[in-house]
Amino acid sequence: MKNTTYLPAAAGLVLGATGALAEAPVLQVLTYDSFVSEWGPGPAVEAAFEAECACDLQFVGAGDGAALLARLQLEGPRTDADIVLGLDTNLTAAARETGLFAPHGVDVDFDLPIAWTDTEFLPFDWGYFAFVGNAGERQATSLRNLANSDISIVIQDPRSSTPGLGLLMWIEAAYGDEAADLWSDLADNIVTVTPGWSEAYGMFLEGEADAVLSYTTSPAYHLIAEEDDSKVAWAFAEGHYMQVEVAGKVAGTAHPELADQFMAFMVSDAFQSVIPTTNWMYPAVTPAAGLPAGFETLIVPEASLLLAPQDAAARREMALDEWRTALSR
Amino acid sequence: MAHSAVPIVPRWPGAAAAALVLLLTFGTLGAVAWRAEWAGGLAAADWAAIRFTVLQAFLSAAISVILAIPVARALARRRFFGRDLLITLLGAPFLLPVIVAVFGLLAVFGRNGVFNGLMEWLGLGPVSIFGLQGVLLANVFFNLPLAIRLILQGWLSIPAERFRLVATLNAPVGRLLEWPMLRSVVPATFLVIFLICLTSFAVALTMGGGPRATTVELAIYQAVRFEFDLGKAALLAGVQFALCVSAAILAMRITSEAPSGRGLDRTVQRWDKARVSVDSLWIIAAALFLLVPLAMVVLRGLPGLMDMPVSIWAAALRSVLVAIGAATLCVAMALALAVRGGFLVAVIGVLPLAASGLVVGTGAFLIVFPYIRPADVALLVTLLVNATLALPFALRAIAPAAAQVREDYGRLGASLGMSGWSWLRLVVLPRMRRPLGFAAGLAAALSMGDLGVVTLFAGQLEETLPLAMYRLMGAYRMETAASAALLLLGLSLALFWICDRWGRGNADF
Repeated sequence: MKNTTYLPAAAGLVLGATGALAEAPVLQVLTYDSFVSEWGPGPAVEAAFEAECACDLQFVGAGDGAALLARLQLEGPRTDADIVLGLDTNLTAAARETGLFAPHGVDVDFDLPIAWTDTEFLPFDWGYFAFVGNAGERQATSLRNLANSDISIVIQDPRSSTPGLGLLMWIEAAYGDEAADLWSDLADNIVTVTPGWSEAYGMFLEGEADAVLSYTTSPAYHLIAEEDDSKVAWAFAEGHYMQVEVAGKVAGTAHPELADQFMAFMVSDAFQSVIPTTNWMYPAVTPAAGLPAGFETLIVPEASLLLAPQDAAARREMALDEWRTALSR
Repeated sequence: MAHSAVPIVPRWPGAAAAALVLLLTFGTLGAVAWRAEWAGGLAAADWAAIRFTVLQAFLSAAISVILAIPVARALARRRFFGRDLLITLLGAPFLLPVIVAVFGLLAVFGRNGVFNGLMEWLGLGPVSIFGLQGVLLANVFFNLPLAIRLILQGWLSIPAERFRLVATLNAPVGRLLEWPMLRSVVPATFLVIFLICLTSFAVALTMGGGPRATTVELAIYQAVRFEFDLGKAALLAGVQFALCVSAAILAMRITSEAPSGRGLDRTVQRWDKARVSVDSLWIIAAALFLLVPLAMVVLRGLPGLMDMPVSIWAAALRSVLVAIGAATLCVAMALALAVRGGFLVAVIGVLPLAASGLVVGTGAFLIVFPYIRPADVALLVTLLVNATLALPFALRAIAPAAAQVREDYGRLGASLGMSGWSWLRLVVLPRMRRPLGFAAGLAAALSMGDLGVVTLFAGQLEETLPLAMYRLMGAYRMETAASAALLLLGLSLALFWICDRWGRGNADF
C-alpha cells in the first residue's frame, strides 16, 4: 500500500489524507462514480464485506463505465486495482483486450433473461434501456412508432455516455441494416443530445421533452424513494436492449484469495439485496427475500436484445457514423 | 526592452510560474502523446468538429463583446443605488458550473420557461432553445459578464483628469478617450472569450441539439474514452493549441497600446452623460438577461437547502479550502509574471485557456500514477490545475496595471534605488490592489465551480462540491442537487465578493 508520506505536508492534511489504517489487507475496487457515492451501493457493500473479510475494502470511483475502462487502460498492468466493477457488455471486448483479467471462478445460477457464458466477467446487475415518460400522456409503442410520431425525447451522446451507446446498440440490434433509416426518422423527435445521463434525465424532469432515454427501473426510484407514481417506462414492440453490468478480477492482484472472496460475495444475498434500491437495477441473482415492493409494477419487455461483446465492439464504429450522419442533416 | 529603467525584480518567481503553466499544458499533452500508439490522422468528422468549434467560438465572442461595450459604458458613467452589488451579481454566470447555468437558462428559455410563456401570451409560437442559437445563448450568458467586467475596467482606468481636460476643451470624449481605450481592451477580451468557447464541451453538446454541434473537446472525449486513441486525442489537443496561438498573435497585432499618462486617482466625474434613458435601458436589459436565470437557480435550490446531507457541507468545506489555495497561488503566479511582462508572458497567459480539460487531467494522471496513488493527491492536483486555469483571467486583470505602474513609476523607482521587495511593497501592490482583489476573487470562484480534473482523481474522501452535486444528479436526486447548486452559487459569489471588496478598499467608489 502506498501511503501519504509522499504528500507535501501542507497540502494533504485536511484535504487528501486517507489515514493510515491498521495492518488489514486492502482490497481495491475500481468502479464508477455513482456506485461509490453515498446514494449508491458502495457504503452498504463495504460494511457488509468488511464484516466478513477482516480486510479494508476501498472503492476508487472513476466517472462512468466508459471512463472506468479508459482509466484501466491508462493504468495498464501497473494498476493497483484488485477488482474492476461496473463495465457493461458494450465495453467488455475492449476490456478483455487489455489482457488484465483473470477468470472469475464463480459458478452460480444467474437470474438473467439471457444465458451467461463469459468466464472472465461476472454480472452483478442488469436492466433494460427504455424511454421514460409521464403517466397519462401519449406513449410510443415501438421505436418505429416513436420515430413516426411527434413525441419529443432527450437522449445521451453515444460518444460520451453509456446509456447513449446503449440506444445506439438497441437500434442496431433491432434494425440492423435499416438502423440508419430509423435514426433519420427519429432525428426530428430528438430535442437535444446530452453528454451524460444526469443532464438528460434532469431536462426531462424539467419538462423539456416528453420522454428520456433511461431504464425500465427508473420509475421504481420515483415510486419507492419519492412515493411518486407519475413516471412510466414505455414497453416497445421490438424488445428492449439490455445493459448487463459486470466485474472482473485483475490477474495481477496482490490479494488473489481476497479478490476471489469478493467475487463470490458479489453474487451473495448481502450484495445483491442492496442493488435494487441503490443502483436501481435488477440484481443478477435474485436475493432470497425477492425484489423490493414496487418492482412488480415495472414493465417487463417481451423480448430481450443484447449484442455479444465482440459484435457490439465490431459494429460500434459504423453505427456511430450512421448516427452522426442521420442526426447531422 | 525598456526593462533597464525598472527596479530589479527577481526572476525566479516568474520562471517558476511559467514552468508550472508549461508543465500542465504542454507537459500533460506530451505525457498523453508519449503513451499513444499512433494510428491515423484526423477523420472528416474531426474536421467538421474543428470548423463548428471555431464558428461558435467566434460568434459567441463577437456577440459577447459587442453587447458588453454599451453595458460597460453605462455602468462606468452612472452612479445609482445598488450599483456595486449589481456589478458583482452580473459577474455570477461566469462563475457557475455549466450544468447549473444550463438548468437556469432552461427555466427561462426552455419549453416550459418564462420566455416561452411570454411568447405564448403574445400569441407567438414557442421558440426552441436548442441548436446553434442555444449554444450562442449559453455562451453569451456565460461570457458577457466577463466581457462587461474587463471592458468596465478599461473605462475605469481612464484617469479623471483626462475627462476633465477633454470636457474643458469641449472635445469629443468618445474619439479621444474611449476609442483608444477600447482599441487596447477589446481585442484581448475577444480573445479570452474566443478561447473559452473554443474548449467548451458541455455547453455546445447540451444546447447544440445533436452531433451537428460537435466540438473538438467532444472529439477528444470520444478518442480517450471509447476508442482509447490517445494519439488522436493528443493531435486534437495540439490543434486546439495551434488555434489558440494563432488567435493570440492575431489579437496582439490589432491591439494598440493605451495612451499613457497618470492622474491622481481621483473619482471620475463625467460631463457628457446626457442620455440617461439609453444607459438605463442597457443596464436593465443586461440585468434581466443575466439575473433572471440566476434567480431560477436560487428558486430551484431553496426548497431542499436545509435537508442536504452532511456530506455536502463537508464537500463544500473542501471546495472552499481548495479555492482559497488556488486563488492564492494563482494571484502569486500572475503577479510574478506580470511584473516581468513581455510577449512570452502574454503567450503563457493564454495557454491554459486552450488546454483541453480532459487531456490535462489524463496527462496529469499519467505523470502522477506511477509514483503516487491518484486519490491521495486529488485535491492538490485540483488546486494546481485550478490555479493555472484561472491564471489567464488573473493576468488579464493584473498585467495592464503592472505595465502601467512600470511605465509610470519605473524610472522614479530606479532613480531612488528601489529594488525587489520594497518596490513591490511600496509601489506595485498599493497601486494594484483593485486588480489583485478582482483576480483573487475570480480565481477562487472559478475554482469553486470547476468540475475538471477532480473527476479523474477523486475517491470518496476527496469529493468537491461540484462533484458531489453531479453525483447527486447521477443518483436521481435532482432536487438535492439543485440545492447543492444554490450553495455552490452562494459560496462562489461570497468568495468573489470578499476578495473584490478587499481590492476596492474604501478609497474609491
